[in-house]
This record gives sequence, structure tokens and C-alpha cells, in this order.
Amino acid sequence: MVSGEMMITYLFSGLILFYFIGAVSAVLLNKKDGVCAFISFISAAVASVFGIIFSLSVIWGDPFSLALPGTSFLQFGIFVDALSAFFILVISVAVFAVSIYSIGYVREYFGKKNIGYLGFLYNIFILSMILVVSANNAIMFLIVWELMSVISYLLVVYEHEKPETRKAGFIYIVMTHIGTGFIILSFLILAGSSGSFNFETFRAAGVAMPPLLRDMAFVFALIGFGTKAGIVPLHIWLPYAHPAAPSNVSALMSGVMIKTAIFMMIRVFFDFLGAGQAWWGYLVLAVGTLSAIIGILYAVVEPDIKRMLAFSSIENVGIILIGIGASMIFFEGGRPGLAAIAAIAALYHLLNHSVFKGLLFMGAGSIIFSTHTKNIEKLGGLIKKMPVSSVLILVGVLSISALPPFSGFVSEWLTFQSLLLGFNFNTFTMIVLSISAAVLALTGALAAFCFLKTFGIGFLALPRSEHAEHATEANTPMLLGMGLFAILSILLGILPFYILPALDRVTRTFIGVSAFSQFFSISTFGTIVLPAKSSLSTPLLLVLMFIFLLVPFLLLYNARKSRAIYETWGCGQPVSTSRNEYTAHAFSKPVEMWFKNLYRPARQTEATYSASPFLKESFRFESRVEQVFEEYIYDPVVRFVMAKSQSAKVVQTGSIHAYLSYIFATLIILFMFVIAGGS
Amino acid sequence: MIAKIALVILQLLAIIALAPLLSGIIKKIKAFFQIRKGPGIFQPYYDIAKLLQKDSVVSQNVSWLFHAAPIVSFVAVLTAGLLIPIFITELPFGFAGDLIAVVYLFALARFFIALAALDAGSSFGGMGGSREMFVASLVEPALMLSIFAIALNVGSTNLGYISQTVSAMGFDAFSPYQILAFVALFIIAIAETGRIPVDNPATHLELTMIHEAMILEYSGKQLAIVELGAMIKQLLVFSLLANIFFPWGIAQGVSAAAVIIALLAYFAKIVILGAVMAMVETSTAKWRLFRLPELLSISLMFSFLALVSFIIVKGG
Repeated sequence: MVSGEMMITYLFSGLILFYFIGAVSAVLLNKKDGVCAFISFISAAVASVFGIIFSLSVIWGDPFSLALPGTSFLQFGIFVDALSAFFILVISVAVFAVSIYSIGYVREYFGKKNIGYLGFLYNIFILSMILVVSANNAIMFLIVWELMSVISYLLVVYEHEKPETRKAGFIYIVMTHIGTGFIILSFLILAGSSGSFNFETFRAAGVAMPPLLRDMAFVFALIGFGTKAGIVPLHIWLPYAHPAAPSNVSALMSGVMIKTAIFMMIRVFFDFLGAGQAWWGYLVLAVGTLSAIIGILYAVVEPDIKRMLAFSSIENVGIILIGIGASMIFFEGGRPGLAAIAAIAALYHLLNHSVFKGLLFMGAGSIIFSTHTKNIEKLGGLIKKMPVSSVLILVGVLSISALPPFSGFVSEWLTFQSLLLGFNFNTFTMIVLSISAAVLALTGALAAFCFLKTFGIGFLALPRSEHAEHATEANTPMLLGMGLFAILSILLGILPFYILPALDRVTRTFIGVSAFSQFFSISTFGTIVLPAKSSLSTPLLLVLMFIFLLVPFLLLYNARKSRAIYETWGCGQPVSTSRNEYTAHAFSKPVEMWFKNLYRPARQTEATYSASPFLKESFRFESRVEQVFEEYIYDPVVRFVMAKSQSAKVVQTGSIHAYLSYIFATLIILFMFVIAGGS
Repeated sequence: MIAKIALVILQLLAIIALAPLLSGIIKKIKAFFQIRKGPGIFQPYYDIAKLLQKDSVVSQNVSWLFHAAPIVSFVAVLTAGLLIPIFITELPFGFAGDLIAVVYLFALARFFIALAALDAGSSFGGMGGSREMFVASLVEPALMLSIFAIALNVGSTNLGYISQTVSAMGFDAFSPYQILAFVALFIIAIAETGRIPVDNPATHLELTMIHEAMILEYSGKQLAIVELGAMIKQLLVFSLLANIFFPWGIAQGVSAAAVIIALLAYFAKIVILGAVMAMVETSTAKWRLFRLPELLSISLMFSFLALVSFIIVKGG
């Protein structure tokens, strides 16, 4: 009989071992595509099962720590408390479904690309994410963080023969390194005060630091991790990188990788810095609100389905940060119970988002797999060609649109409630929280708009192109992977009473108090009861809806018999072709006109005429919206840097003698510095 | 337990039975203001009965979703009906969801109808669906702010509890923030029930319709369900207005006398609200779609003012 502690160590080792097996076998078997894909993705799935069991036993048990041999200066180690374990759980759940999906999805690349290379990167990528959330030392953290960034870069440029993919990879690697730079600054400030790179010492030192240093550490961490999380205005890499990567990787990047940044934000803001100043919370709330609305506004008008999903990830990160910001405000204001509820709402949404966004990215992958297009204007009618996939994707669409009783609804309801609970705080907080809630409501409605458009245009009515005409159902592993997430999306919606107590244990690690029983409770029918009688029971709502099905079924009795099939009504003209359908662009046009100040839409029309000016031979219409942040913030910076580097070119003579003399001069200066007594 | 089940069934019956009547009454009052005779107030019942006996014609392009959408949407609206106080504050299933849940159940109903609108492949459906979702996006921020204003005043988002507290306040309920929030929600109700100046329920001109454009492809029994669902939703929106802001007369406990009085009071309230709505409809013209953001920013401002005045009156 092994003791509990040994068990956990075995589980963690098993987890790491299987990712290694996956990576190594991918390399060894790379001559046989089918076997290689199967072995490497299955071992990732097995590893994720270890991860799920491991993380659940840590959440419901004790923290797990493991010191690796090292010097006293660089003491590498693993530390997994309930918070880390929660993120390992999120990663592992996503990896399990995505790995099964990948077995089918990578058939697309058989014979064209090196599957061994993909399998190797995939396994190492996941392992690096697991290590990111469990590292217990700043240096070790930065190493695995960098590993995660570089491996994900390699995955983004997997289809590097396409020029736009190379551009996407370049933008990603530049942005992610800007982020890492700020993280290093933040950690250096913390390490300077604590005298060590161990995260444990950060905890003690962070609270005791002078205010200015704490503020700097906070801002640098927000920028650094915010870049990875994709907050506005640091989000520009997401809409490039996520669509460029293979869809199974996009599902992991969007569903999970950006969440590791949220994890570190919670660690740094709460654990290390003790949510020190009131304005920190307001800043995080403001950034979250801005990201939510900007993200969804760009998603609404985006015709590329994967880019649309990437923009929607920005929105969801915003919603998560609204919860975390509110939590920081409450925590700093001395109301840890409320802080816990807001943090629970944020983490719940994080979990839900990783599931439904994973599902939707896999769905987008299936669409690309069978139609070879990402452009929504070329889809249509897929509900008949891909019946199973479309039902699964519909579940994802309903969840992300926050419709009851699916998962997104519960976490958005909790977020609204936690904003409401802050109302007996003070006047300023009240105004700020209500504005944030109004923006969040708009975001939710626009998300419904956006995903209704995507599903309605992409899946319903008639196919709009040859590609969609010949679409076929996705293969079994892909359907299994998506099916798992679809079921999970429903379960997360109707079983919140199992999840909330677990999340309470997670938030307790950084807030210090438990909100359970004091600030929320679970009563009959799995009802979540918050203070002041506000309550919600999604299982009961679902049951009621099922009972009520009786009414329409009675009214529709025998309706099938008296049904005639005919053409769609077209004012008397035969219109049953896809050319008469509403387009995605037309669908989102009202929103485009409403927010024309942001989009600055530009359109170009071009007509060629045959003999008479009244008869158009062909007509071309082009319309695009401006990416305001790129064009007005990033482009000027890029132009400035390019111009300055032109003038710096004079030192780059290209002659080896010149470079040798630079080195020599540097050495002389350094010697003088040392001799002069510098240290 | 039996009393509870009886209450639930009574509430459901009241909702389903009264919904067409409210429609008929509004139409009659509108006709009165327009100096027309107009159809009788029971006409909507005859319409639905007629539709239920008709054969239907379905587009050849549609999928299963087109057939499922009316059912899902009807069921969602009916479920919302159990969360809204009609004649009693102690709703048996009131704990299953609050005001926010009601809003999202309506959103679910709208989502499916708008999806089905796209299924037949006609431009009208797409136009209707797009506009419906656009108006819904306009409504949402104002709606959430007024929910916040109400919840702030009462301290909860539970609808039964809100009714109970406001009715206990008596005439104190006529506070500036309550009135401002009412105006905000009234404008939202215009949009939610698809009335002039947002949408014209009587039009069949393709380029101006929203709701009618979405359901253009439905006929026969399915159309009956869609129409009945829309009427029930209208009744529920009116009930929200009536029993959040003027819950007087609503039964606090379960006794036959109290329930009968409450039902009569409820009926009077929704008829008055219906008359006001008919007046608004008659005295305004339909607005262009792209002017609607202005209308709903007015609502947004009112709900924001409601919040701010609450803070001023109650001293933060």
C-alpha cells in the first residue's frame, strides 16, 4: 500500500513520463504517419488522465511540492497548490479531448508534412504549460515560460510554406518576447527585494516592498502576462497566431495557453503582492472591460472563422479579468468573502471558456478539414453535410453565447452577481462596477450576435461555394474529441453545484477565506444561493424546459402529416439559389454601422460594363474594417524603429576588423571600470 | 406540495390564456385611437385556433433546426413564465432563476428563432435575424443597468422578493430612482415586444419588418406556436413592468381570496400598460433602424440616472 503522498508523486511523475514518451515516440516513429500520430497523441491523452487525477487529488487534498537538486542560489522545484492544480486540471481536460481529436485531424497532413515533428512539439508544448503553472522558482519559471513560447511559435509556423503563417509567427514571437521582457523586469524587482528567486520568498517580500516598487512590479507583470493573455491593446498577435496554427494547436493555445498568463496574474497580484493598492483592481477591471468589448466588436465583423474565434478569446479573457479585477477591489477593500465570489466567477468562466473555445476551434478545424476554407462567406448548408459536427458545434455556440442552461450562462450570471454584490461598497466603486456590468451585458449580446451569425451563415441554408457543397462529416476521433467537450459544456452548465465547492477550495489558496456557506450555498435542486436571495438552479430550469416540451408537442400533434415541401418564398420569383442568401457581411452590417467610429470601414466597388453602361458585365465589391490598434499604435512604433535603425546602420560596416575593434574597445572600458573600483 | 403544483399550473394557465387576450386588447385600443372599429379582442384566439388547423408549407432548404426552433423558443419563454410573479410573490419555482435568468431565457428564445430565420436561405430571414439580434444588442446594456438599479434598491435580483419588498414599501416606492428605472424599462419593453418605433407588429412590408421577417417561412401549426410564444413573451414583459414597479394587490400568501384579488389587480395593470403602449404606438412613427441606438441610449441614460439618483438619495 503506497501512502497518499507517494501516490501523488507517482501521478506527477507519470504525467511527465507520458508526455516524454509521446514526444520521443513521435520522433522515433516519424516514418509511419498513422502509427506515429496514434502513439504520440494517445500518450498525451494518457498523460492528461494522470494530470486530471493528480490535480483533483491536490484540489481536494494537500499541496504537493518537490524540490529538485540544485544550488542554494538556484533552487529549482515544483510546487502545486490548489490554484496550480486547478490550472493543471484545465490543461489536462483540454489536452485529453484535443489529443483524441488530433488523431483524426492530423490525417490532413499525412504524406504532406512531418507528423513526428508535430507530435514531438505538441507533447513538449503541453509539458511546458504544466511546468509553467507548477514552477516554484523565478528562473525555472522563465525557462519553461520561454520554452512554452518558443514551442508554440514552432507550432504556429508548422504550415510555414504559407507566407501569412510566417508573418503570424513573426508577430507572435516579437510580442511574446516583449511580454517576457516585462515579466523579467517584474521578477527582478521582486527578487531584488527578497534576495532570492524562490517564489516562497517572493510571497514574504512582495507585501513588505516600498509602494513604488510594488506598483512597478504590478504594472510590469500586468503588461508582461497581459501580452500572453491577449489583453487590449497588447492583443494584436492573437488574431494572427491562433488562425495560423493547426486547429488542434489553436484549440490548446486559445483554450489553455493564454490561461497560464491568467494563472500568473493571480499568483503575482494576490500571492506575491497581496493585491496592494485600490487602483490595481480598477486598472485590471478597466483592462478587462475594454478587452471584452473590443475583442467581441472585432469578432463580429471578421469573416475568417478562426480569426473570429481568436478575437472572441480576447473577449473572454476580458470577462475573466473583470472577475479578477472585481475580486482585487473587494480584497483590497477588506471584503475577502466577496473577493472569493468574484474570483470563483472568474475561474469558472476560465474553465468554461477553455472547454467551449476548445470545442469551437476543433469545430473550425473540422470545417477546414472538410471544406478547405476558413472564409464564412464560402460556407453554408453544413448542417446537412456534417450533421453530427454541427450539433456539437451548436452546443459550443450556445455555451459561448451564455444561453441557459449551458456553461457560459452560469459563469456570466456569477460574474454579474459578483459585480452587483460590490454595490454596498462606496459610490465610486458602484459607478465603476455598473459601467463594467453594462459593457459586459453589451459584450454578451454581441457575442450572441457573432456566434449566431457564424452558425447561421456557416451551417444553415444552402452551400455558398463548391467547397461547402462537397463537405463531408468529420472522422470518428474528431467527433469523439468534440463530443467530449460538448458533453462537458452541458455538464458545466447544469452541474455548477459540484464545481463551485471545488473552486472555493481553489480561491481559498490566494484569498485566504472560504466563501462557501457564508457567502454562497447550495440548496435543493442544486440551487446556487447568493446573499440576498438571488439564486439560480440550472438543473431545475432544464427539467422545467423538458416538462414544458409537452405543450408544443401537443399543439404540433400530427403536424408532420399536413406538411408540404416547397420553395422558399421569394416574392413570387424562384430564388432557391445560394446567391439570394443573406451574407455574413450583410448580417453584421448594422453593428458595423453602429460602431463605424471604431471600425472605420472602407469599401471599394469596381464594375465592368459590356456594350451599354446599363449592363454590368461583372461587379467586384470589397470591404474591410481597420485594425485601429495596429494602424494607430503599432505601425507608428514600427516605422519609428525602422527609421532609427537606418541611422544605426553606420556602425554595422560588415567588416570583421571593425567588429573586432568594437570588442576590444568594450574590453578596455570594462577593465577601466573594474580598476576604478566599480563592482 | 399539492398547493404548489396547483399554483404552478394556475400560473401557466393564466399566462397561456391571457397572452392572446392582451394582444387583442392592445389592437382594439390602437384601433380606437386611430378611429377605426378594429377586430374584436378575442381575434388572436381565433387566429391561433385557425392556424392550428391549417396545413403548413415548409421550404425545401431547411434542416431540423427550423422545426426545432419554435419548440425550443416556446419552452424557454414558458420557463421564464414560472420565474416572474404574476399573482403571487411566493413563486414555487422562483428560486430556479432571477431577473438575469429571465433575460437570458428570453435571449435563448430569440436566438433560436433568429437561427431558424437563416435556415430557409431567404434574404428576408437573414435581414430579420440580423436586425433582431442588433436590437437585442442595443437593449442589453440598458436592460442590465436597470436590473442593477432595481436590485440596488431592493437588495436582490429575485423577482418574487422584489415584488414583495416593493409592495411592502407602499407609496415610498415612488422614489426618483424607481420612476427613472421604470421609464428605462418601458423603453426596453417597446423594443422587446417589437412595437413602434422599434418594429411594427402590423407590417408585412418586407423592408421594414423585423419579427415578421424572421418568421416569414413559418406556416400552419408551427406559426401558431411561434405567434403564441411571441404573445406570451409580450405578456411576460408587461408582467415584469407591472409587478416590479406596481406590485400592489399581489398575493403574499396562498389563499383563494387573495389569489382572486391578485388576478383581477394583475389584469387591470396589464390592460393599463397595454393602453399606454397602444398610445405610444399610435402617437409615434417607426424609426429608421439606424436611429434606434439613439432611442436605446435614452433608455441607457435613464437607467444610469436611476443608479446615480439612488446613490445620491441613499448617500452611497
